[in-house]
Amino acid sequence: MQIKKTSETYDVVIIGSGAGGGMAGYVLANAGIKVLMLEAGPFFDPAKDSQQLKWPYESLRRGGNATRPMGDFDASYGGWEIDGEPYTQKDGSEFQWFRAKMLGGRTNHWGRISLRMGPKDFKCKTSYGVGDDWPITYDEVKPYYDKVDRLIGVYGSMEGLENDPDGIFLPPPKPRLNELFVKKAATGLGIKVIAGRGSVLTQALPGNKDRGACFFCGQCNRSCKIYGDFSASSCLVIPALKTGNLKVLTNAMVREILTDDEGLASGVSYVDKNDMQEYQVNAKTVILAASTCESARILLNSKSARHPNGLANSSDVVGKYLHDSTQGAGVAILPQLLDRERFNEDGVGSLHLYAPWWLDNKKLDFPRGYHLEIFGGMMMPGYGGYFGFEGVTTPYLNGYLPGRDGKMKPGGGYGAGLKDDYRRFYGTMAGFGCHGTSTARADNYCEIDPAVVDKYGIPVLRFRYKWNTDEINQAKHMQQTAQAIVKEMGGIPLLPPAGPETNYGLDKPGKGIHEVGTVRMGDDPKKSALNKWGQAHDCKNLFVTDGSVFTQQSEKNPTWTILALAMRTTEYLMAQRKKQNV
Amino acid sequence: MNRRESLKAIGLGTLTAGAVITSCHTPEDAGQKVDATVPTTGREDFEIARDKKLLSEKFFDDHEMATIAVLSDLIIPKDARSGSATDAKVPDFIEFIVKDEPVHQLPVRGGLRWLDLQCLNRHDKAFSECTPQQQIALLDEIAYPSLAKPVMQQGVAFFNKIRELVAIGFFTSKMGIDDLGYKGNAPGKWEGVPEAVLKKYGLENV
Repeated sequence: MQIKKTSETYDVVIIGSGAGGGMAGYVLANAGIKVLMLEAGPFFDPAKDSQQLKWPYESLRRGGNATRPMGDFDASYGGWEIDGEPYTQKDGSEFQWFRAKMLGGRTNHWGRISLRMGPKDFKCKTSYGVGDDWPITYDEVKPYYDKVDRLIGVYGSMEGLENDPDGIFLPPPKPRLNELFVKKAATGLGIKVIAGRGSVLTQALPGNKDRGACFFCGQCNRSCKIYGDFSASSCLVIPALKTGNLKVLTNAMVREILTDDEGLASGVSYVDKNDMQEYQVNAKTVILAASTCESARILLNSKSARHPNGLANSSDVVGKYLHDSTQGAGVAILPQLLDRERFNEDGVGSLHLYAPWWLDNKKLDFPRGYHLEIFGGMMMPGYGGYFGFEGVTTPYLNGYLPGRDGKMKPGGGYGAGLKDDYRRFYGTMAGFGCHGTSTARADNYCEIDPAVVDKYGIPVLRFRYKWNTDEINQAKHMQQTAQAIVKEMGGIPLLPPAGPETNYGLDKPGKGIHEVGTVRMGDDPKKSALNKWGQAHDCKNLFVTDGSVFTQQSEKNPTWTILALAMRTTEYLMAQRKKQNV
Repeated sequence: MNRRESLKAIGLGTLTAGAVITSCHTPEDAGQKVDATVPTTGREDFEIARDKKLLSEKFFDDHEMATIAVLSDLIIPKDARSGSATDAKVPDFIEFIVKDEPVHQLPVRGGLRWLDLQCLNRHDKAFSECTPQQQIALLDEIAYPSLAKPVMQQGVAFFNKIRELVAIGFFTSKMGIDDLGYKGNAPGKWEGVPEAVLKKYGLENV
């Protein structure tokens, strides 16, 4: 066995092909720069590989979750656990790490909810008295949000809200019937509900001939065969390949970033999963975008005489300040919808209705807030995914509501009567997810487990993450909101009320799949890994473009900000190349 | 890409919207395992290997499968709108899903045995050999959790499980989806909830 080294030197080597790596590759390749992209999973083209429009009976498991945690048709290769690639926990931590190993990463299956962070979100400490301020402002990022809107496409409505900036929007999809019940109830409680904002082409994207307009199957999580929604694979990497300037190596699992005697990045070392051989490639510049935790892992594993604490980590912040969204939910059956009308209500596979954070924290016992993502409607029957089999509650609820004959009967049963009950309850579910802000803290982190390696011999991550009182109080408020809305719309709640023993139903950290912050930006090299351009303080030809760069998340889902910052960092890198600074 | 090109791209270019909906419901017996082929497009290698392995294995014996078939049709019988659970090949789904999700294996196998023992003690016959009246009499003791006697709680737990698996198998088959009246999974233009429906629920101005 030997390490195979190439003599060729790439202008830029990008690690990762998701939102951050994909955007960097797209911008560079279109500017004529020779780029090599390393992706740890296989090639994935939604046009060929999507499970779109399949019926449940075309799956042996009817869409079940046995190999894919979000269902058999979900586009993501990977999940919470990957065979041979463990991660460990510390101090009773229960961090859940979702990894998608494939071209385009998690963007192939994500919810396409595309929100800008607001002016106050970039100045968290100043605005809310917790966490830290970013080294940049909304106004500095706004031009990039605008460019991302035009390049990729996003629907929404113009609202003029202070901290939920409008974008350049395509028309939003109309709400589904069940969602309107939630909107009516929430509005009655003083919660402003607006159109969702999602990167789905509700009409043709001006100037783009490669992507089709949405045909409303509601299956964005399967990835789209006509590229009607945003995936980094379909909208960034595959178009970049057509320029001839980008080369993609798939199944290339990065071990570390190599540095020279001066401490500058000189290349990347990786394992090729196809032949299990060790390789090294040379680079003038390295862009790291392997995902928030994997990027921290690579930096911490990249130790050298010049970087004894791991690369870009003289501040000792790499891996620290890990933070994920808080999550809660309300779900109910709407009795007024029993025997409801049937029509094609698939809509888009993203958000139809959304309630931005609506309250003033001065009157509350927690800082920051959460938003509501409203859902419901006549979903394709199936098994697995987020909801499993929708009819699962029918034999538990049919004892609470009168039958067609107006009479009550005991819950449960079998036979023709039960069969009819499944019909009556079908399509009556409505609900909303609550997704909130967690504050970045040094004591929530991932680090290298000193005793464990994965099947490639790469040291693995160990997590330590605890929710604090602010986040638990926020979850308690989510519970109150959920119960109030369900009551207001006359629903039968499907989730039991959660109390302090379960942190008020607060999901485990990581489950939001919005984890960010492990390679944070900042002006002070002693307190941050990257400068305000995403460039490592300790290594000027190393840039980071994934969610790890976040100084502080907001309750807005992070992907749109990752894309905008990745574009900004890449343009900065090109300007620095012109000046021969890198 | 315009709409027509979009439909072409997914292999539906020559069809009208109406024909698309129809085509999505063929072949006639889809949902019932047409053959034992394993999907490979867009699947990871380990998934393909795992599917093949599961299909080559058998979990339930013939007697267990016969009992599952009887139970399936008692839970979802044929009626005026659609066929029975066995018409939709629900027992085949249950055989597969317990291999795919082994958490079901013990409760189903043990529950089937529990059911047979009840029948052997009462009628000196296994459940599947009892008369429909005898079978129904036993189900009445385990199918209504709020009415069941404490001594029948194991039966209640089993029946909850098997009822759920039967319902999943039926309502995710082509027959069951048609029965529910689901209209989607077909390319179209979503224009919102029809006016008449909005009016019915007083949601016109929401």
